Amino acid sequence: MLLVILLNNPVASALSLVMALFSLSGLYILLEAPFVAVLQVLVYAGAVMVLFVFVIMLLKLRPEDLQQDRVTIGKAGVVLLGVPFVGFLIHKFLSVPVESSFKPVAANFGSPKEVGTLMFTKYLIPFEVVSILLLVAIIGVIVLAYRSPTDRD
Amino acid sequence: MVIMILKILVPFLIIFQVIPLLIWVERKGSAFIQDRHGPNRAAIMGLRLGGLLHSLADVIKLMSKEDIIPHNVNKPFFIMAPWITLSIACVTFAVIPFAQPLTINGELFSIQAANINVGILYILAMASLGVFGIMLAGWSSNNKYALLGGVRSSAQMLSYEISMGLALMSVLLVSGSLELNDIASLQTAMPWNWNVVKQPLAFLLFTAAAFAETNRNPFDLPEGESEIVAGYHTEYSSMKFAMFFMAEYAHIIIASALISVLFFGGWQVPFLSTDILRSHADIGLFFVILAHGVGLLVLGMFLLSKYQKNKYGDKRDYEVLVLGVPFIVIGIVLCGIAFGFGAQPLGDLGQQIFAAFIQFGVFLGKILFFCWFFIWVRWTLPRFRYDQLMHLGWKVMLPLSLINITVTAIVILMVS
Repeated sequence: MLLVILLNNPVASALSLVMALFSLSGLYILLEAPFVAVLQVLVYAGAVMVLFVFVIMLLKLRPEDLQQDRVTIGKAGVVLLGVPFVGFLIHKFLSVPVESSFKPVAANFGSPKEVGTLMFTKYLIPFEVVSILLLVAIIGVIVLAYRSPTDRD
Repeated sequence: MVIMILKILVPFLIIFQVIPLLIWVERKGSAFIQDRHGPNRAAIMGLRLGGLLHSLADVIKLMSKEDIIPHNVNKPFFIMAPWITLSIACVTFAVIPFAQPLTINGELFSIQAANINVGILYILAMASLGVFGIMLAGWSSNNKYALLGGVRSSAQMLSYEISMGLALMSVLLVSGSLELNDIASLQTAMPWNWNVVKQPLAFLLFTAAAFAETNRNPFDLPEGESEIVAGYHTEYSSMKFAMFFMAEYAHIIIASALISVLFFGGWQVPFLSTDILRSHADIGLFFVILAHGVGLLVLGMFLLSKYQKNKYGDKRDYEVLVLGVPFIVIGIVLCGIAFGFGAQPLGDLGQQIFAAFIQFGVFLGKILFFCWFFIWVRWTLPRFRYDQLMHLGWKVMLPLSLINITVTAIVILMVS
């Protein structure tokens, strides 16, 4: 995730974001939610990021427009500040007994049936509002980018 | 642990063994369709084997070529792109079920590498990730034609993913489960229960979308050989090009496997359900061995009858002998085993393993049939122009798949 903001090449940052999303999906799998994990890869990494990379590729970026590589200083700073912090977190984690903190989840936790039932009963209105939001976004894109055929050449 | 490694290795090895076979089928099949001979010159010690050795020759050639990396490319992406494409193509094969799950000591033992309960979505997710490899290849090549090919390919794959997902959804409405194993079991062995009869429009839409997803004719403008100088893999040589090449055939195998699992009953043997196979396993085994023995004998005798001394004057005379004599020997041995042992009663595990093997074989047969279908369509239909392609994807297939889902949902509601 850090590489997203630290690398110079924008395509490389986008790909680092894809890797971060992939790892997030792996975390979802570890948390017993395979449906959300696969949906994350399908929608976020597979469609949204593809469009991001698509657009970045179509911009003709010349190498002199990109900044000089100051990654080394930034990385060094992060490491110097981050190592004690991470050490502190590890110490805190290791001092808590693990077995008593987690309750086992139900057998069909996160299954498509459960998610679907929730989406159509308890969260129905947010679901419909999100779909209208997406429709508004599509219409906005078309309005912003549309050139009528008479305006060409 | 060993079983896990085997479950991972076997699909992987299947892909890597079927790819050279597909290359041979493509070349000989296209030659057959175009009324010519096809490659028949590569030989080992004088044996030509009908052109099968050309795949081996391809591998050796591609591995020994110089690996050119052009000057201004973005090196990490250039090298990474074929790896991404090939690894995603291989990983998708993990969730495809090869046979009905066995019940060993009361525990289900499924014949697929990963038994996650969101099987189909995993395949769609991997298909979406496959776009990245091609886009990176096109962009990092520092070449107008490659960029154009990569951009076109990703736009095409994105558009047809939607139709593919929606066609899948109507199959899901009928089957009621995301797991591929359940979808295959719910289509019982009778061919009139298969999803191709219940959802013919979804079958057509899914097949067309699968052609577009694998960048295969009639949708192969991104790699169009006569249009933009090989498109997104223009700048790739030797092993990286071999990886793209293999990835394309791996995608064909996966698409064929998906079509046969979703619409044609997957591992279901037509008219023989799993219970029938398991209960008649002893006679079944006897018949299978006998049939193989007799078949090999007949084939061997046919080959031997073609042996004419001095027909060619060189080592090619002995080709039929090299195949014919072992076939006859193995045929006699198999017939001997069949008649010698008779129909032995098998235990419960043996019955299940026998049924699994037969279903595995039938599934492979279906996959090979659809691979042949892919190759057949490639050499029959002309290529789509890019705007026609986009028009078809968005204005024809998307509304059709939505209508299909609506009609299916209404019918299911009315029936139940």
